[in-house]
Amino acid sequence: MLEVKALTSFYGDFQALFGIDLAVGENEVVSLIGSNGAGKTTSMRTITGLLHCDANMVLWKGQPIGHLRPDQIAKQGIAMVPEGRQLFPSLSVEENLRIGAQVNRPGFWNLVRVYELFPVLGERRNQASTTLSGGQQQMVAIGRALMANPEIILFDEISLGLAPIIINQIYEALPNIIDNGLSALIVEQDIARALKIAHRCYCLSEGKITLSGGTDVITQDDVSQAYFGV
Amino acid sequence: MVWVNSILQGVLLGGLYALFAAGLSLIFGIMRLVNIAHGDLIVLAAFLGLVVTSSLDIHPLASLVVVVPAMALLGYLLQYLLLNRTMSDDILPPLLVTFGLSVILQNVMLETFSADPQKMNTGALDTASITVGALHIGVLPLLMFAVAIAVIAGLQWLFYHTAIGRAFRATSDNADIAQLMGLNKKHVFSLAMALSLAVVAIAGIFLGTKTSFDPSSGPARLIFGFEAVIIGGLGNLWGTLFGGIILGVAQGIGAQIHPGLQQLAGHLVFLILLAIRPNGLFPRVAH
Ligand SMILES: Nc1ncnc2c1ncn2[C@@H]1O[C@H](COP(=O)(O)OP(=O)(O)OP(=O)(O)O)[C@@H](O)[C@H]1O
Ligand SMILES: [Mg+2]
Repeated sequence: MLEVKALTSFYGDFQALFGIDLAVGENEVVSLIGSNGAGKTTSMRTITGLLHCDANMVLWKGQPIGHLRPDQIAKQGIAMVPEGRQLFPSLSVEENLRIGAQVNRPGFWNLVRVYELFPVLGERRNQASTTLSGGQQQMVAIGRALMANPEIILFDEISLGLAPIIINQIYEALPNIIDNGLSALIVEQDIARALKIAHRCYCLSEGKITLSGGTDVITQDDVSQAYFGV
Repeated sequence: MVWVNSILQGVLLGGLYALFAAGLSLIFGIMRLVNIAHGDLIVLAAFLGLVVTSSLDIHPLASLVVVVPAMALLGYLLQYLLLNRTMSDDILPPLLVTFGLSVILQNVMLETFSADPQKMNTGALDTASITVGALHIGVLPLLMFAVAIAVIAGLQWLFYHTAIGRAFRATSDNADIAQLMGLNKKHVFSLAMALSLAVVAIAGIFLGTKTSFDPSSGPARLIFGFEAVIIGGLGNLWGTLFGGIILGVAQGIGAQIHPGLQQLAGHLVFLILLAIRPNGLFPRVAH
């Protein structure tokens, strides 16, 4: 469904990605693993259109979308839960969720369903998003992405900076989310978890894919080797 | 009683300064753009009002019906076709481009309308006043003040109770992520400039009915607007109104002491407040 072909990406003169190939199929969960600075966030920012690339480097349902603006890509059904949550501080919890629906895609997800998934957000709907705990903010970020009724969500380090118990809660909610006919591309530092949750995985090192395959055959040792670029 | 009167006049004048300032504050708040041509656009709106008023033979205030949408359209196109190309993390390029625009506007207006001062005649409104005790309050300044409050309240409502206001706030917070919500940044920015110039249109018409103006009047209006914004605190619209009032009152008191002190008194109060409260009296809470 989502195909990335020979993707390159630059920050000015600095090249961050050197020809990445990856794919995520319908209803598939794929992990993207790599050390700090490997280019995981850059990949996601390029796919969502925040960084420029050529039209044919990103295909969505067979159509080139690499040249489109971020808002056009979002309307096609590609959502992101960005690294560090990045909620809108001047918007309340509910406004942060509502603005997710701005793309105008009908579907399963709406305010009521998001509040069912994360009841605590319903209790705090009118609070400023900055007053929530890190875990609750992450729930808002996930809810905001769901409100777009996307067909794929890119999750960038959803467990970063969260307490283990909160991470477990969020990962418990994930299968429910994905069962509703979603695909996901997940960046997760915890390799064991990244392998457990995904059908397939890619390892990224210094802007290149160094390993890829089904999580049924790839072991944590394989990943560690690719991780350190050995 | 003269003092009470000059303070009152100052308060009412503050409404006009708030109108100068609101549009400036709005676009800085949403897209960190400092529009040096803001004052000249106010004067352009006044000239536009003059043309509409005389060619259609209507009351200056009725010309708002034409001038507001015309300026809004100009704002949208200006942002979409020109200023959006200069926007980046660096606030300098748009500053330079609007500075150039300011020079161009002044010269085009000079060519078109000559350097003669102009004023719009509001007929009976010019002299109408209400007498309260020993105070005479002009109806036009009162109307101006009421419109300023209505404009600020309207903007406030738009920001906090509509989808477009939510889009403005989200874009102001984080323009990248706002795009992922399906918002076209260039369109949002252009709408913000359209809104800013709609307010400029109102400010320009009131400027033109209150005092005489000529093609070189713009920069002084820009300064008053800046001062009101800074006194009130960046990004706070009600603060901007208050900043305008402080400026107006300072000028009123200055003029009462000596007519030549009017402008100086305003600038002095601004500088003193800037020294005491560099972030303004009511800065928007930092996130
Ligand atoms: N805004 C930027 N300007 C210049 N270089 C950048 C920028 N953002 C990232 N980089 C560089 O691009 C490379 C890839 O960074 P990226 O953020 O994609 O890594 P990552 O895999 O997401 O790492 P992390 O695990 O730390 O989130 C790094 O070398 C980084 O220094
Ligand atoms: Mg990252």
